[in-house]
This record gives sequence, structure tokens and C-alpha cells, in this order.
Amino acid sequence: MSPTPYLVLSVILFTIGGAGVLLRRNALVAFMSVELMLNAANLAFVAFARMHGNLDGQIVAFFVMVVAAAEVVVGLAIIVTIFRTRRSASVDDASLLKL
Amino acid sequence: MTSVLSSVTGGSAAMADWAVPLAAGATESSGGSTGEQVVFWVMAPLAVLGALGLVLSRKVVHGALSLAVTMISLAVFYLVLEAPFLGVVQVVVYTGAIMMLFLFVIMLVGVDASDSRVETIRGQRAAAVLAVLGVVVLLTAVTGRATLPDPAGMEQAAPDGNVPAIADLIFGTYVWAFEVIAALLITAAVGAMALTHREQIFARPTQREQAERRFREGRPEDAAGLPVPGVYARHNAVDTPALLPDGTPSEASISRVLVARGAARSVDEFSLSGPAGTDAPDETSGDDAEAGDDASEAGDDTAKGGRG
Amino acid sequence: MISTYSTLATAVSTQAEHGGQVAVEATGIYSWTWLLIAFPLLGAAVLLLGGRRTDRIGHLVGTVASSLSFVMGVVLFVAMLGEGDAERAFTLDLWEWFNAGGYQVEVSLLLDQLSMAFVLLITGVGSLIHVYSIGYMEHDERRRRFFGYLNLFVAAMLLLVLAADYLILFIGWEGVGLASYLLIGFWQHKPSAAVAAKKAFVVNRVGDMGMVLAVASMLAVFGSSSYSLVFANAENASTGWLTAIGLFLLLAACGKSAQFPLQSWLLDAMEGPTPVSALIHAATMVTAGVYLVVRSAAIYDLAPDARTAVVIVGAITLLMGAIIGCAKDDIKKALAGSTMSQIGYMMLAAGLGPAGYAFAIFHLLTHGFFKANMFLGAGSVMHGMNDEVDMRKFGGLRVAMPVTFATFAMGYLAIIGIPPFAGYFSKDRIIEAAFAENWVYGICALLGAGITAFYMTRVMLMTFFGARRWKQSEPPHESPSVMTVPLVVLAVLSVVGGAGLLYLTGDIVQWLAPVTGEAHHDLPMPLALLVTLTLLTVLAGVAVAWGMYGRKAIREDVPAGNPLTVAARRDLYGDAFNEAVLMRPGQYLTRSLVYVENRGVDGAVVGTATAVGGLSSRLRRWQTGFVRSYALTMFAGVGFVVVAMLLVRLP
Repeated sequence: MSPTPYLVLSVILFTIGGAGVLLRRNALVAFMSVELMLNAANLAFVAFARMHGNLDGQIVAFFVMVVAAAEVVVGLAIIVTIFRTRRSASVDDASLLKL
Repeated sequence: MTSVLSSVTGGSAAMADWAVPLAAGATESSGGSTGEQVVFWVMAPLAVLGALGLVLSRKVVHGALSLAVTMISLAVFYLVLEAPFLGVVQVVVYTGAIMMLFLFVIMLVGVDASDSRVETIRGQRAAAVLAVLGVVVLLTAVTGRATLPDPAGMEQAAPDGNVPAIADLIFGTYVWAFEVIAALLITAAVGAMALTHREQIFARPTQREQAERRFREGRPEDAAGLPVPGVYARHNAVDTPALLPDGTPSEASISRVLVARGAARSVDEFSLSGPAGTDAPDETSGDDAEAGDDASEAGDDTAKGGRG
Repeated sequence: MISTYSTLATAVSTQAEHGGQVAVEATGIYSWTWLLIAFPLLGAAVLLLGGRRTDRIGHLVGTVASSLSFVMGVVLFVAMLGEGDAERAFTLDLWEWFNAGGYQVEVSLLLDQLSMAFVLLITGVGSLIHVYSIGYMEHDERRRRFFGYLNLFVAAMLLLVLAADYLILFIGWEGVGLASYLLIGFWQHKPSAAVAAKKAFVVNRVGDMGMVLAVASMLAVFGSSSYSLVFANAENASTGWLTAIGLFLLLAACGKSAQFPLQSWLLDAMEGPTPVSALIHAATMVTAGVYLVVRSAAIYDLAPDARTAVVIVGAITLLMGAIIGCAKDDIKKALAGSTMSQIGYMMLAAGLGPAGYAFAIFHLLTHGFFKANMFLGAGSVMHGMNDEVDMRKFGGLRVAMPVTFATFAMGYLAIIGIPPFAGYFSKDRIIEAAFAENWVYGICALLGAGITAFYMTRVMLMTFFGARRWKQSEPPHESPSVMTVPLVVLAVLSVVGGAGLLYLTGDIVQWLAPVTGEAHHDLPMPLALLVTLTLLTVLAGVAVAWGMYGRKAIREDVPAGNPLTVAARRDLYGDAFNEAVLMRPGQYLTRSLVYVENRGVDGAVVGTATAVGGLSSRLRRWQTGFVRSYALTMFAGVGFVVVAMLLVRLP
């Protein structure tokens, strides 16, 4: 089976994840959307790995997963900390990065 | 909205039955494309629905569960795409560990809180939709127009099976990256601890001290501890207040955290003189801005519960 | 160091033209020359740093310091008399000030016949005026500070005349300027005194600019500012440079000596206490310009154009000062005009070159005697008249103040040049030299002598003769002896100073010849005729004055006067000229520069800042602080990157 359907699925998942980041204010949802985008990229990697008959794509996907795990750990810690101090998990409330 | 949710939950329920036999079938007949096509066209809509469920659900928990559906679908795709190791890792790490972590945090932050849908940033929604659609069209057009060869398959790359081949690469070519990733993981763990750690400024009062304080403050009615929620009430749940011996509901019996989140039932509802039949808790009364409470107060509550 | 000087010595000895003598290293008593400066400097330090503790003994400390310096000067003078004629120059190297980039400045002193004459004048007259000030300033609660300033002045003036390097001279030059500023403004509670001090300071800065330029030019041309090197190499320099240096030095001299066109400060400087006017603004500091010109003889000898400029400045100032002196009713200002005029004589003489240098110094010394005498006499009059300075309110004081009158009369006779008083000898020499050089110069000098006689007679008549016009309850009294004794001493010097310097102690001209050179001039007419002519002019001036002020009673109100009188009363419009030509355009220039600065420069800068600020406040809207906005931007950016990659067909 040609990799094209997988790739299209990857694109769709990726953009849905992007839409989640753009549209949802809840930090947890935005964060999960980022995970979704990473997973979509992983899917493309794996599909291409099969197309090329090469395992390197799978290795990259593996590394992406590990990095995502590390990212989740730190990101959730940050969310918890922010929630503690601001009583809110909304990304819009943490908007001090402006005048 | 509810229809989407129900379909998603239905999908995730159905998936558990399907995944294993299909994946096993796919790995056996990698050359045959019919089975693969079936799997793809069944799982792909599920994955998309899960993703949409994440983005569209109002409650975070629902979103997290939808995401789990997508994750598992992807694990199936990995199996189909001759990457069984990754498929297993996907299930174990993502669906098992990472999603669990998310759920824990969701519980901490407020499981019942739901987002308001009013967009506060002007133009953000329209622009986001435009950008997302643009990227979808663009990337789909690119992938659609590309003429990609049929998959070469993994027989040559992994003659001894997928796992030994990946092990060769990880501990061979990519060993350096692997070590760095390990260091990254450890750093992340330490960083998370550093971020969430809080200095204990005052000594935590012991039970003895708390008891002495209660006597000293002249509230003997509380001296034996606060009433436990729901004990003498109609509902044996933490969100219902205890009824005192005289029949009045006690506000003190409910965790302040629940009250702050708006997750507790109204005390008046249980008053013997009050309206008895209206037990429809207003779930959407609070939003996440006022939801939740301090972790230390949660600690107080546990202490209280222990006494009860 | 010794080798340097020996090579210099050979270079100098070739300059026999203006009698350059070999300066040898100071030994024996001469190596103590620095004590001359050290005594008054120490006195100033004690008085100014000691504070109120020294209030009671301040005047004594100051007088003793100055007198010790005078004693030291006399000792050195006696020692110098024992040397050969051309062996009386000594250099004393104290320490190296700095040595940078091939430019070396030694703090070294040069004691020769010229500096010796000045040392005796400064310390002698200075000590007398210190003594006089004890009485004059008796009731001033800041008397100790006054003596500190006087000592500071004496030290700076001695450094000025003893320096062996133009840069060291410049230190003394600025030191006397500072002391002058402090003393003119000594009664700073009077706004007029404060303004006068400021004016003197500012005008002197103009002259100092000339000094700085002269020193800088010397550095450029000679690579040094020490007298020995500059004078030795002057011959090798181009005439243009020498003329420029000469003109710069002249500018400096004009500032310090109140010569045209920087004369305006001297008349206002009379706001200071009278001893200050006598010491600084008559006898010593204002003659520093003459000293500078004479000291720089080696340069002026080779720059005839610069010399001509000196003569012209001297001649103009001579007449200006005399005319101003005729119209002033303030006794001190009349004397100040006279000072300007007499220094004009000196400048004229100095500008005549070797023929006149010695006469300039000669007149400078005699002028120091009789003008100090007259200023102190005027101070004595003021002391007795409750600080009244208007001569129209004096009259008939010869009875009330006999000593003051007698001493003032000696000074009067000296200044108008009646033989055998001091001024006759010195002024007559200058008139001779001027006639020998040029008829025009001679007639100017002659005319000046006549006017001098006129205005001094006027001062004399208005103050000491005629009806008593003073109206105070108690009659004027004679000053205490601490004030009259210096008057008497100076009066004696005014009488015998001229003849004494010329005949008694040996010829002053011969004495100075090794420094200034000598030139014999041929008079265009017999000497006797010229002397007669001069005396007749002087007598005519006296007669006219007597006709105007002696025979008729003097009006107490100020008459309208003719246009010249009006102009002279206003200092010949010197201030008005400065105001119109320098101050107003300067103010206009600064105002327009401020305008350009505010509107142009600041406008551009502020405008740019405002534009950037405005743009930034617009662009700032992009920075919402919302993560989702940034994510949207990133997302769109990814889209653009993909499009761009497709367009350029990157693999």
C-alpha cells in the first residue's frame, strides 16, 4: 500500500493538533495537542521508513517519543506550578510577556 | 457535541477488541495490501475522530480520553507499518505513561472544570481556522501530487526481526544520541522535581498540636475533628455535606477544595426544611478560574479524613 | 642638565645684539632664591588654611612673610652687585615638572638684573603696602583673609618674574590673576565689587588665551618654552612665526596690563580695597605685561611688526587713559586712568626695542613708587572721609591731612615729571626715545605728558585745595602712623627714586643692559630743546588745570561737559563697544545656537525617537502576550516556509 494515505492522515492529525494549540485556552488541552502533532510526525516517519525499507525513520520516531516524554514531564511540572500561583490553567492568563 | 463524544467513546470501546488480531495479521502479510487497507480505513477515521474529540471537547478529561483513542490507533498503524517495537512503545509509553501523567495533572487541576468557548482574542479563531485549512490544503496537495514508490518493506533492513535491527541501530549508529537522550530524561525528571518543589516554611502541625489548638481556641464542638462528609446524609459521597444530629447540613464537612471548584453540592439542598427533590448539581456553575484549591489544604483534608 | 645649559650658553652668547648674557647655575646664596617665593607662599598657606585661629595675628604673619621676602631680595641684590656686569644671571633648577613627548618643562628660576629689579619692587612696595593695610583694614573682620590673599599675590607675582620658562611664568600669571580676582571682589557683598571682579577675570581670560597661544606656538616652533631655548633659537625661526608669537604675547600683555583693547577692567577694578589698587592695579601686577614684553626682547627684536603693534597699543592706551583720567570725579578712577596711561608709556617704550626696554623698566619702577604713593594717599583720604571717593566732595584737605597732602604732592610732582622728581627722569627718557624713533610716537608721548599734568593737577586741586566741600559732622582726620609711614617712605622714593636709580646706585640702564641690550639713538633735535619742550608742555597742562579748577570754585554737581568729557566719563565707550560688538552678537549667537540645538539637533533626535516610539507602539500590538497568538504566527510561518520551499523547489 502506498504511503500516501498515511501521509495524508499524518497531515490531518498534525493540523488538527495545530488547531487545538491555536484554539484551546486550557493549557492541558494545548499541551495534548502538541503531543498529537508529534505523533502525527511520527506516523509520517514510520510510513517513510517502510517506503524506503530503512529503519532510521523508526529510530527517529523512537527518539521523538523519548523527547516527548521528557517534554511532558517538564511541561506538566510548569503547568502545575503556574496553576499553583495563578489558580488558572488558561494559557491566556499567563500573558505577562507584553507591555 | 455530545454526538461526537459518544461516537468517540464508542470507538475507543470498540478498538480494544480489534487492535491485537488485526496487528498480528498485518505483520504476517506485509505484502498483501487488502488487509492493510481495511485496517487503515477503519482506524484512520477513528484516529481523526479522536483528534477532533481532543480539540472540540469542553471537558479536559474527555479530551484526554479522545487522545488516547488516537494514540492507540497510531499504535495499530505502527504495527501495520512493520514497526512492532514502536507500536508497543506507543502503547506503553504514550497511552500508558504519558496519558496517565496527563490524567493525574487533570485531576490535580480540576477534573470537573470545563472551558468556556468564548474566544477572547479578537480574530484568533478565524485566523487559526484559515491557517489550519491552508496548511491542510497545502500539505495534502503536496503529498497527493508526489508520486511515491510502493513500500520497499523491511525484510532486507531487518532480516532478524524488527527489535534486533532497532537494537543494532540504537546501540550502534545512534548510541551517542541515545546517551544524550538518557541524560535529557534524567534532567527532565530533576527539573520537574525542582519546578514543583515547595519550601516548607513553617513546621507542619502535628495532630497533637492541631487538637490542642482546637481546645485552646474554644471550639469544643470541633475538638473531635470536623464531621466527615456524607456520613449521616442521603448520599455517601464526598460532595454531600454531613447532617448534624439536629438535622442541619454541616458546611464544614465538605472539602474546601470541592467548594472552590464548584464541584460540591449546595448545602441548602440537604437541609431537612429545604427542597428535598432538587438534586441536580450545577456542573457548569464554576469555571476553571475559580476551580481548585491549594495542595496544602488538600493535605489538611486528608488529615481530616484520617481522623474520621 | 649642565650639558644642556652649556650648549645653550654658547648659543646665547652669539646673541650679543641684545646683550644676552650667560646664565650660570645658581650656587651659594643664589641657590636660596626660592625662598623669595616660599616666604609669602607659606604666609598665604598659614593664613588661608589656618582659619580663624590665625585671625588675631594674621596681619602680622602676612607682613612678616612679605618683609622676609624683601630682606631676602635685598640680600640677593647686594650679592649681585658684587658680581661682574654680565655675570649676574643665575638659573636655579628646582625639579622637573614633566617630560613628555620630547617636551620637557623644568621648574626653574631665573634671577637676573631684570627679575632683581622686579623682586625689589614687588617685595619692597608690597611690604610697605602690607604695613599700610594693617591700618587701612583694621576694622574689617576679614583682615586675616585679606593678608592671605596679599601674600598669595606676592608669591604668584614673584613666581611670574622669577620663572625661567614661559609655562612657569604662566602659573604665576594665572596666580596673580586669581589673587586680583579675589581682592577686587574682596568686598563681595557689594554687587559692584563682585561684578568688577568677574569682569576683570573674564577680560583677563581673553589675554590668557594669547598667552596660551604664544606658549603653544613656541612648542610648535622651538619644541620648548624655556627662555634659554626659545631665545637661543629665535634667530632660526621664521619671521612670520616670531611676529605671531609677538602678537600673542602682546595680547596677553594687553589683558594683564589693561592696554587697549582689553583696558575695560582696570577702572572697575577700583572697587577693591585701596591697598589692592595700589599694589596690584598700579605698582606691580598691571606691569606684568611690560615685563613680559621686555623679557621676550629676543623675540621682539626679530619681529619688527609685532614691536610696532606694541608701540601703537602703548600710544593709544597712553592717550586713552589720560583722557579718561581727566573726566573722572572718582579719585581712584582718575588714578586708574593715570595708571593705564603710564603703562601705555611703558608699552610704547618697550615697543621701541633695545632703545626703550630699559626706559620702560625704569619708568615702571618709578611709577611703582609714585603711583603706589598716590593710591595709598587716596586711600588715606578715603580713610579720613568715611570712604568717600567723589573728589567734588573733597576740597581743602591739605590742612586736615598734612602728611597725606605732603606725600601726595611728592607723587604728583613725580608723575607730571618736574625735575628732579622721579618721574622726570624716566618719562623724559621715554619721550626722547619716542622722538628718536618716530615723530608721531614722540608727539603722542609729549601730548600724554601734557594731559597727565592737566589731570593730576585737577586731582590735586580738587582734593587738597579750594573750598571745603565736605559736609560730615566730624572733620577729616589724618591717618594713623602705620599708614603714614609707608606714605612717607614712598614719597621719599618718589622724590629720589629717579635720580637715585640713574645716578646714585649706578645707572639702571647699564644695570639692565646685559638683559635688554642697548641701542644709542640720535635725537632729531638737541636734547636741551626737547627737555624744554617737555617741561613747557607739562607747565601748560598745569596752567590749564589751574585755570579751570584752581581759580574758579568747583561745582559739587556734575557739569554737563563737552562731548569728549561725556565720552571720557564713560571710559571712552570701551564698555559700550564691548557690549555692542562682542556681548550682543555673542548673546545672539548663543541664543541662535540654543535655538538650533533645541529645534534642529534635538528636533531631529527627538523626532526620530518619537517616530520610532510611535511605530513601536503600533508594532507593540503584535506582542499580545498570548501564547496562542504567537503559536498562530508560527503556524502561518511554517506555511510560508513550505510555500517558499516549494517555490524554489528545494529537495
